Amino acid sequence: MRLEAVAHPSLGRRLGYPVAALGATVLVAAALAALAGADPFAVLGQIVVGAAGSKFAALETLNRATPLIFTGLAVAVAFRARLWNIGAEAQLYAGAIMAVLLGTGMLGSPWVLPLSALAAMLAGALVLLGPVVLKVRFGVDEVVTTLLLNFIMVLFVSYLLEGPLKDPAGMGWPKSAALIKEARLPRIVEGLRLHWGFALAILAAVVVWFVQTRTTLGFEMRAVGANLGAARFAGMPVTAVLVKTALISGGLAALAGWSEVAGLKGHLSADLSPGFGYTGIIVAMLAMLHPLGVVVTALFVAGVFVGSDAMSRAAGVPTYMADMLLACSLLFMVLALMLARFRVVRG
Amino acid sequence: MNADAEVVLSLEGITKRFGGLVANDAISLTLHRGKVLALLGENGAGKTTLMNILFGHYVADGGGVRVFGAALPPGNPRAALAAGIGMVHQHFTLCDNLSVLDNIVLGTGGLMSLGRGRAAARDRVAALAADFGLAVAPDARVGALSVGERQRVEILKALYRHARILILDEPTAVLTPQEAEALFATLRLAVARGLSVIFISHKLHEVMGIADTCVVLRHGRVVGRVDTAATSRAELAALMVGAEMAESQTAPGPGGPMRLRLDGVSAAGLRGVTFALRAGHITGLAGVSGNGQAALADLIGGAVVPTAGRIEVDGATPQHWSPRAAIAAGVGRIPEDRHKTGTVADFTLAENTALETYASRFARRGLMDWAAVRAHAERVIRAYDVRCEGVDQRIRLLSGGNMQKLILGRVLEETPGIIIANQPVRGLDIGAIAYVHGQLVAARDAGAAVLLISEDLDEVMGLSDVIHVISEGRLSPAFARGTMDRTGLGMWMAGQGFAHAA
Repeated sequence: MRLEAVAHPSLGRRLGYPVAALGATVLVAAALAALAGADPFAVLGQIVVGAAGSKFAALETLNRATPLIFTGLAVAVAFRARLWNIGAEAQLYAGAIMAVLLGTGMLGSPWVLPLSALAAMLAGALVLLGPVVLKVRFGVDEVVTTLLLNFIMVLFVSYLLEGPLKDPAGMGWPKSAALIKEARLPRIVEGLRLHWGFALAILAAVVVWFVQTRTTLGFEMRAVGANLGAARFAGMPVTAVLVKTALISGGLAALAGWSEVAGLKGHLSADLSPGFGYTGIIVAMLAMLHPLGVVVTALFVAGVFVGSDAMSRAAGVPTYMADMLLACSLLFMVLALMLARFRVVRG
Repeated sequence: MNADAEVVLSLEGITKRFGGLVANDAISLTLHRGKVLALLGENGAGKTTLMNILFGHYVADGGGVRVFGAALPPGNPRAALAAGIGMVHQHFTLCDNLSVLDNIVLGTGGLMSLGRGRAAARDRVAALAADFGLAVAPDARVGALSVGERQRVEILKALYRHARILILDEPTAVLTPQEAEALFATLRLAVARGLSVIFISHKLHEVMGIADTCVVLRHGRVVGRVDTAATSRAELAALMVGAEMAESQTAPGPGGPMRLRLDGVSAAGLRGVTFALRAGHITGLAGVSGNGQAALADLIGGAVVPTAGRIEVDGATPQHWSPRAAIAAGVGRIPEDRHKTGTVADFTLAENTALETYASRFARRGLMDWAAVRAHAERVIRAYDVRCEGVDQRIRLLSGGNMQKLILGRVLEETPGIIIANQPVRGLDIGAIAYVHGQLVAARDAGAAVLLISEDLDEVMGLSDVIHVISEGRLSPAFARGTMDRTGLGMWMAGQGFAHAA
């Protein structure tokens, strides 16, 4: 068995395989639901209803998608330049810390929101800068360094929450003091839970798309990722491009943490992120690293999570279903994208 | 053809398609015992595809292979090996960190026979080496061997596995003329012992020298089958390209002022290089690959800064040396490897045209002017006859020749004063070669100083006004056009001559 490249994949080929991947995912989900002793159709229906069946559900999905758009963008930007940033989780927490540091009374209106956002981006950028400097200077593998920084950062947050940032009025719980009202992101519509972080995430996707397609930096980032040797030969400032990519990627991931604290939670706790940084990798890969695609896939992933929570309560099927669904969708999608471009030949 | 000798190998109507492209179209050929058959053809004529089918790397869409009368199961390299076919690839398949002996016996013994039979293996290798004139130290580490020696190891490896049919894929591409002679001596010994050889090449004089019969491929079809005794180089060349072609002789360049000077420059791979490039001259750099050509091209192209010595461009020493500085100083660079450094495969033709000049020509305040890039790319495509679907096509789908034309256009459109052409026609068909050479000569006549780096002596001798030879990072004196013949240059390529010059 071998793979032969298809020179000009037809539209049917390029759309057919991804749709088939979605179908295969649904089939596996149905089989798993049956295995858990529930009615497969009911379970799938409940996931859909739970994700988008009501105003409340839909808004919940949008809220859940917000940090995923940011981390998905962070991963997409970095991966496009072949900078393997696995550390969006750490950068997310760096942003969250900044939201708390500046948002609990140090700064007042009207500067606290923009300044804490900027500080968050800066902090996230710095967290990624270290591994990137090690990479370009000494050739240290950034997969390892960024991945390990995640654990360091989570422990650092635990320390902060048990120490300097511990809420004095928190009855001993490891969480920070609440943000002042001026440091909170307002709701988009009063009375609904959706906050402006979502709009900001969409805006970020458009900006990233613009930078990648319309600016010299974007051209350089894509060239460095697609062929480092050619970029270097052509005289592109490869090191500077990688550093700038790191700053953008780290900043975007940090906005995920910042918007979760400032928009949703209002304080920092160690369980702020259920792995948004890692899930961002799935979001970015499903979107084929396209910044606008990230918005779509983040909504899909968020919908699966939110819908599975609801389904779990109703059908008694464990929420692990969500993880299984996402894992399958990613594997099938990667396979589908390969099959769209290559043909399997016997012999 | 000699019909008396036993037929050891026959290909019968081999057809292989890749998508719409017919790489092999009903190719048949027979190889007789004790004979050398040359497979001649331009790059892309289907030689390598055919050999890959023979060796089981590909499965043919039609036709079959018979070895010593028995049908060879398709798609099975092991069966090919067992049937006595040995293949020496253009790119060696040796383990650098193992000894010569280890490389030769690797994969021949079962797991259980570890350590046993080593003395016997050593004796057999020594006997084979003596019989076939393949002198190589069995305990030397392969990584420390020269290219010629590695090739000998590859041949020994095939002989050790009882190969009765040797296939050599462009074996002389990496050898000095002297090493090539040694290889031919080995092949003569081999056929004298009853082995049969398929020799793939596109060098006519070698084919004439070593082969008994010659099969010429063009566009995947057999277009000629001749006994070398009854043919001429001109006839073979005509068969290859499909028309009578005279050996081109370029008129000498006009000459002019000095554009670039290296004064005692050293860098990784270069030792105290001093030379000058003149406007209106093509300076040829001959040498066996891996002797510092890449380092010299990188140096002039700005990818490498000298560790000692001085670079002068138009009489001034640049403050800071980098690819951007080199481009700004008017150095146009045609890279050695179109795929690895010349282009970005997943980028469009337009994007690839702007790789070097996007910031200086096609951007304002950091914003790309894509309309201008596309218009520029349209111009390049028209002016340099790049066959493509349009500027928005990804460049990975272009043939090597068209890719090279785009690179050529990208470089020449900037009217560089200095042009570094590193292996500019490697892997191109004859039409594209003539085109690239014509453009380089035209640039020279317009006053550019051209450095032509090539492993093909004929190319260097045919185009250059001045020739240098590079060997182990050292540069020979300049030889004016017509003052050195192949043998003389070959001696310098092998490193002789430097002792006297020093």
